[in-house]
This record gives sequence, structure tokens and C-alpha cells, in this order.
Amino acid sequence: MLYIKCPYCGLRAQKEFSYGGDATVKRPNINEEVSSEDWDNFVYMRKSPRGKHIELWQHIAGCRQWIKVQRDTATHEIFQTAKVTEEIR
Amino acid sequence: MQKYSVFSLIKNAFSNHQNWEVAWKDPTPKSEYDVVIIGGGGHGLATAYYLAKEHNIRNVAIIEKGWIGGGNVGRNTTIIRSNFMYDANARFNEFGMDLWRNLSQELNFNVMFSPRGIINLAHSDAQMNAYARRGNSMRLNGIDAKLLDRDGVKKLIPMADFSDEVRFPIFGGLMQPSAGTARHDAVAWGYARQADDMGVDIIQHCEVTGFDVVNGKIKGIRTSRGDIKAKKVGLCVAGSTNILAEKLNMTLPIETHVLQACVSEPVKPLLDGVVTFGAGHFYISQSDKGEMVMGGDLDGYNSYAQRGNLPTIQHVLTGGLALFPFLSRLKMLRTWGGIMDMSMDGSPIIDKTHIEGLYLNCGWCYGGFKSTPVSGWTFAHTIAQDQVHELNSELRLNRFSTGHLLDEKGLGTKTWIG
Repeated sequence: MLYIKCPYCGLRAQKEFSYGGDATVKRPNINEEVSSEDWDNFVYMRKSPRGKHIELWQHIAGCRQWIKVQRDTATHEIFQTAKVTEEIR
Repeated sequence: MQKYSVFSLIKNAFSNHQNWEVAWKDPTPKSEYDVVIIGGGGHGLATAYYLAKEHNIRNVAIIEKGWIGGGNVGRNTTIIRSNFMYDANARFNEFGMDLWRNLSQELNFNVMFSPRGIINLAHSDAQMNAYARRGNSMRLNGIDAKLLDRDGVKKLIPMADFSDEVRFPIFGGLMQPSAGTARHDAVAWGYARQADDMGVDIIQHCEVTGFDVVNGKIKGIRTSRGDIKAKKVGLCVAGSTNILAEKLNMTLPIETHVLQACVSEPVKPLLDGVVTFGAGHFYISQSDKGEMVMGGDLDGYNSYAQRGNLPTIQHVLTGGLALFPFLSRLKMLRTWGGIMDMSMDGSPIIDKTHIEGLYLNCGWCYGGFKSTPVSGWTFAHTIAQDQVHELNSELRLNRFSTGHLLDEKGLGTKTWIG
């Protein structure tokens, strides 16, 4: 079981959360011309690193906020969590 | 090579089975090969075998970081099927079914292919309609499909919960009678033994640390046991695809996730074939040893750990109990996990790449085992001829940018949803 520290609610069990994928993927700016390649990269291409990974989780059975989590994909160790508006180094 | 038969078995019994030939050698890597296959799993071994057999390319090495058969080919739940709706997937896997049917004879190794059928259960009228459609599509591609009503399912799996109290009553199901299971280790060992016999070097405990690419052309690979030159390199590394892609400065439409499975203690024959629960994440079959082999869905977050967490096992078995209440009396023997190369549309990629001489075989999600022979067969063709075969002509890397996705389950890019 993962234990994730929600920045709003504190330490909670993984079962309260739902996963939202890579948090470093940026949607192309909405009011600018987007090339096909940029759109592909945004929709389909993923680094999926082995090691530290910054990802989105939603505290679905709690405050329902989206949060950022920095986690090791090989050991499942969680290093940092933050509000979605905050940056993780 | 010593042929396996009842006679060789009797003959070796006289010497207490001490004098069997080794099934494959343990060579030191040569400095150069025509083709290097990275990954000694089922797909890599099958690729090397078909390169030698179908294309007479025998100066081939398989580079494996661990030991052959230690990855997903030894971790899957051994299901073989071709119950796909889209033409490209159906044709590809039905060709694979033909290879499976003759595999034990071809490899002179009993892979215990046992076509006992698979039933996908439906729990609503809408699901029955969707299965009728899928069944029709399958039959148009020459694959056997049978739509079962509730009584038809009850005849085949009377031990399922058919009572009135259930939350998800069984409406019926779609059956592919020719689907089944095989002994997964034997598949790896059988391909390894034949490939080795035809001159393929199986190099275990050798990690790829980098690639030698000059002017957009592959020249060789760097490994923990020295540099190896190669005219062509094929990647067959499933859950490690993203790690090697990073060394090549490639980004792929793949995410790596962990999938768990579990087996119960062995019991007497009870369940014939494979059954999937249509209302939750659960499927089950019974092994020849009598264990109930069960699996469900991904743990649901990116992972390279070949193990998962208990909440997922609990979630999967909750579904299992809803379908088969008898499971509550069984003890679990073990659980384990494997890492999956989840593609963004749920279908595999077998293709050339922008680097000349580098070929890619990945994106198998949780369905790689059933495609082991056909994956090896088409990948060998793609490498040998430097062009895709008709069978994998739609399993290309560029289908994501051109919009020709093969989204069999209609799930989109959220691979972890299942």
C-alpha cells in the first residue's frame, strides 16, 4: 500500500486516490497554432522514466483535489507531494 | 541435437537422466553479429528462431540482462486467444493461432498447448450486443466465436454464481472455443533450444548499456560484457522499452506499468478453459497442476517494480468472489508482478525506426504471451527484409500521428484505467 501525503488532508492510504499520469506533460497553448508533432507529443508520447517520476493523483475519496506526487517508479518510494499549482523541483 | 521422444526418455532413464545434452549453450559474445536481438524473453527467442529458420540468418545473438524466460514470459497467465474485433489484430493473432497449433511438433518440445476455450461473460443487454458484434467481426475474419446465453454459460461453468442476489447477473457470454492456454516456460525453452541448435548465441546476464549510432545508422551496442558490432538490432524488451528508448533519445507512445497475478492452492479439476468477468477486473483459469490462476488489472500507476501492492490483489479477488463464491475457501499460494509496456491504444508496435537497422517490437500491454509465435515471425520478417510484413503493416509506430489507432477497447490513452 502506498501512503500519500495530501497537501490538504495529510497522510492517507493509496485507496483514497486515483491516478492521473505524468504531471510534466504540458498541453500546447490553447490560443496558438499547434503543430501535429506537438499535439502527438502531448497526447501520446511519454518518457515513463525508471526512477523519479512527477505525477498527478486525485484525492478522490477525500478533498477531491488534484495533487502532484514525486515518486520512484522502481521502489515506489514517495519523496514529495505538492498542490497542483506548485512546482516540484 | 538430441531429439526429445519417448525413446530418448526411456534410453536416458537407464542412466538416471544424468546424460541429457544441455538444451542451449552459454557462449561468450562474439565481437560482431549480423543481427542482435535485445531481450531473451518469448518474443526475442521466437524472433531469433524465425530469423534462422525462415530467413536463414544464423549469425544472430540474443542479449538478455537476466536469464531467458525470467521476465514476462515466465510471469503471464498463459492465455492464448484471438478474439479481437479489429481486422489488423484479428488477422495477426489468428495467424499466431495457426503457429500455436503446430508449435510442440515444430519445436520438438511439448508446450502443452491446450485449446479449451475462453468465455468473456456479459452482465447486461448492452454488453451482449457488443459481444454479438465482436463475435460477428471475428467470424468474418475466420475465427470461431460462439454467443452463449445464460443457460449456455451455466452448462459450461455451473459453479459460477447464478443466484438471484448477485449484483451483476450473468446474461451470457462470448466464447472462442479454439482459445486456450500453454505452458509458458516451455515456449521460451523450446524456442531457445531450437534457436541455439541453428547457431544463435543466447547470451544471458549481459546488460545493454548503450547504442552505437553513426549518421542515423546502427553500428552496434555497448554491453556489460563489451561492445558488440551489429548490422541490425531488434528491441524485444517489453517493460524495459522506455529505458532503452531513452538511451536512443527516442520517446515512444508507451508507459510502463505493473500487472499482478496470483494462484491458489491446487484443487481437483473444476474449471475447463478461461473465464473473464465482464463487470470487474478479473479472469481465471485452472492450470494442469490444479491451481486456480487469476489476474485482473494494472496496479494503476507507472512502475518498474516487478511486484505490486495488496489493494489491487484485494480488488481483483473481490471481483473473483462475486463471480465464483467457492474461491473464498481456497488459500492463495503466491502473487507476483510483471512490468508491462502499455501502448497508448492497447495494440502492439512491430516496426522499423528512424534509425537505419534498428527495429522495434513493443507495446504488448498485458497480452504479449498469446502473440509470442506471430510476434517473432513478423518481427523476423521485418528485420530480415527491412520492411514490415502484411500482418504487421498496421502495427506501425506512426499510426499515432496519422490517426490510424487500433484502440480495441476504446479506452484512449489512459492506459492505467484498464
